[in-house]
Amino acid sequence: MSAEKQYIEFFGEVRDTIAIRSCDEMNAQRETALQTFSAKGFPSSKVERYRYAKVDADFSPNYGIALTTLTEQLPPYCFRIENAEPRVRALYNKVADNADSIVALNTMLCVDTLVVHVPKGIRVEHPIQISNILKGEQDTMVSRRILIVMDEMAEADIIVTDRAASQSRFLTNQVIEVLMGDGSHLSLYEVEETHLLCTRFNSVFVQQGKNSSLHHTNLTLFNGHTRNRLDVRLQGEGSEVTANGCVIADKMQRVDNNTLIDHQAPSCQSNELYKYVLDDSAVGAFAGKVLVREGAQKTSSKETNANLCATSSARMFTQPMLEIYADDVQCSHGSTVGQMDEAALFYMRQRGIDEREARLLLKAAFITEVIETIPLESLRDRLHVLVDKRLRGELSKCEGCKLCQ
Amino acid sequence: MLKIENLHASINGKEILKGISLTVKDGEIHAVMGLNGAGKSTLSNVIVGHPAYEVTQGSITFNGKDLLSLKPEERAHEGIFLSFQQPVEIPGVSMVNFMRAALNAKRKYQGLEPIPAGDFLKLMREKRSIVELDSKLASRSVNEGFSGGEKKRNEIFQMAMLEPKLTILDETDSGLDVDALRIVAEGFNKLRRPDSSAIVITHYQRLLDYLKPDVVHVLIDGRIVKTGGPELAIEIEKRGFDWIKEEIGL
Ligand SMILES: Nc1ncnc2c1ncn2[C@@H]1O[C@H](COP(=O)(O)OP(=O)(O)OP(=O)(O)O)[C@@H](O)[C@H]1O
Ligand SMILES: [Mg+2]
Repeated sequence: MSAEKQYIEFFGEVRDTIAIRSCDEMNAQRETALQTFSAKGFPSSKVERYRYAKVDADFSPNYGIALTTLTEQLPPYCFRIENAEPRVRALYNKVADNADSIVALNTMLCVDTLVVHVPKGIRVEHPIQISNILKGEQDTMVSRRILIVMDEMAEADIIVTDRAASQSRFLTNQVIEVLMGDGSHLSLYEVEETHLLCTRFNSVFVQQGKNSSLHHTNLTLFNGHTRNRLDVRLQGEGSEVTANGCVIADKMQRVDNNTLIDHQAPSCQSNELYKYVLDDSAVGAFAGKVLVREGAQKTSSKETNANLCATSSARMFTQPMLEIYADDVQCSHGSTVGQMDEAALFYMRQRGIDEREARLLLKAAFITEVIETIPLESLRDRLHVLVDKRLRGELSKCEGCKLCQ
Repeated sequence: MLKIENLHASINGKEILKGISLTVKDGEIHAVMGLNGAGKSTLSNVIVGHPAYEVTQGSITFNGKDLLSLKPEERAHEGIFLSFQQPVEIPGVSMVNFMRAALNAKRKYQGLEPIPAGDFLKLMREKRSIVELDSKLASRSVNEGFSGGEKKRNEIFQMAMLEPKLTILDETDSGLDVDALRIVAEGFNKLRRPDSSAIVITHYQRLLDYLKPDVVHVLIDGRIVKTGGPELAIEIEKRGFDWIKEEIGL
């Protein structure tokens, strides 16, 4: 109990300040969260879902802890939690896994929650973009919380981007809760493009109603250490989820994606595709469990994790898991780890493309499959450009963004 | 143009080429024939610099340059093109991006600016029509899901785009139907400039009827054992290789 101590002590000091800045719904959960966090501490690698993470080491450095609130000027359908409808506010911390100490730490320290609420039957025309920009001269730890509530038959595209505008160390602990009503549709994209000194813990919890559909794509284009957790509970009959992701990592970067697709109702579909391109001494991990519960008949599920290790020092841990307690189901899962296709490299070089460029084209090609599944065309085009730039080592600043100049 | 002297090459420690000497002058077409496994593809791979092969002896000069000291991409920029016996599929890399990268790499080597987008697309269309390559194929990933014949046609399309000085056709005729063979061969002839040369590896006379080689070589067990004019190919088509083997006492 050393890394935990600084967070517990800090909370003791600022608990009143937080309470004043925050709202009842959030404050009501803090003490329980503190108890969970104090009792459990940071999960060690013996805890199944943290097998590939180094939580203690990631939380150990001495960070200044940010206690920021959101601005009042938010786009349509977006609210500070205190301005959301009471019914929606009451949903705070209802889907997140409260037994998880990283989540508990967030619940303890987070001051404000961004609520995206799309009312019944509304189709939000333009994508909602939530940009998180880390900026500051001091090493900072940020707790961030988003609650997305899609009422019955609501439809929206939400893009959450993570960037860092200064070269300090940043630690982000983010929790996203998503509640999807019957027949609702949501595309949720997460794009991380930070830097080597950024550590990110991101836990996303989704609960889906009848015939709802979710498209989730998580792209880690540039980072330091990242751990993404995604839990999707398919509670309503006939619901669907596509959970995709891609990772580009090199140098000493580390990316861990840990997913759970929980088929609780019959006739649901899940599709999962995660692709990693690892170079230099990067380390990737993917652990994805598909759980088909008793009674979840007619489940159809496919899980694929494909990885490209461009060097022999890059390492990938892959663990697709399938647990089935129903008999009438169609499920498949698999993973591959491959190297650069030497025949393809030579073919390109014979055509005059130098080795570096040829490698780059092959890496981009490997990732393309994930990007091509994105329904939103404008984002797809943008991502092709970003991936290309990323592979070329031209780290992109947010173009046209004042904060990043 | 190309001068190969006493070339020995091996793969995984096994010697495949055992002393090849061959000179191709500007504008000449040389045919290379020989039994399966004789070393024809090995010869073409060594010329273009495939890293799996080790040259243990001999030299190759190309327009005065020591070819063996150049990287594969530099050999391509110098004007050598290999139409592969088995072109590889590259899923996810579009033909357009691939061709643009290849063409711009060559232009950079020549000290030219990248080709403007409009000119590039026009060039693609123009060259595609020479080998009658379906526009659908040109918009797909490189060779992905192409039939055997389509892959060969795509090789000649790429040759058309890159305008090499020396083209090596490694069994470009295999896999092509009769009509496709005519289209590809006529396309190849159309694309030829008076000073461009070719090495044509084939098992059949049909392609040579179109291409009209100046010289025909017979490669057996890593050596060129016989060299003659176009009539040699016709004789091989009729009589096979046994008589040549007998002649040289194999
Ligand atoms: N990686 C390898 N390891 C060992 N031997 C090899 C390897 N690659 C090729 N060879 C051998 O080299 C010899 C020459 O092969 P090559 O492909 O050059 O023949 P070829 O004349 O082109 O035949 P074909 O007419 O069938 O195309 C063959 O005996 C082949 O088995
Ligand atoms: Mg061959």
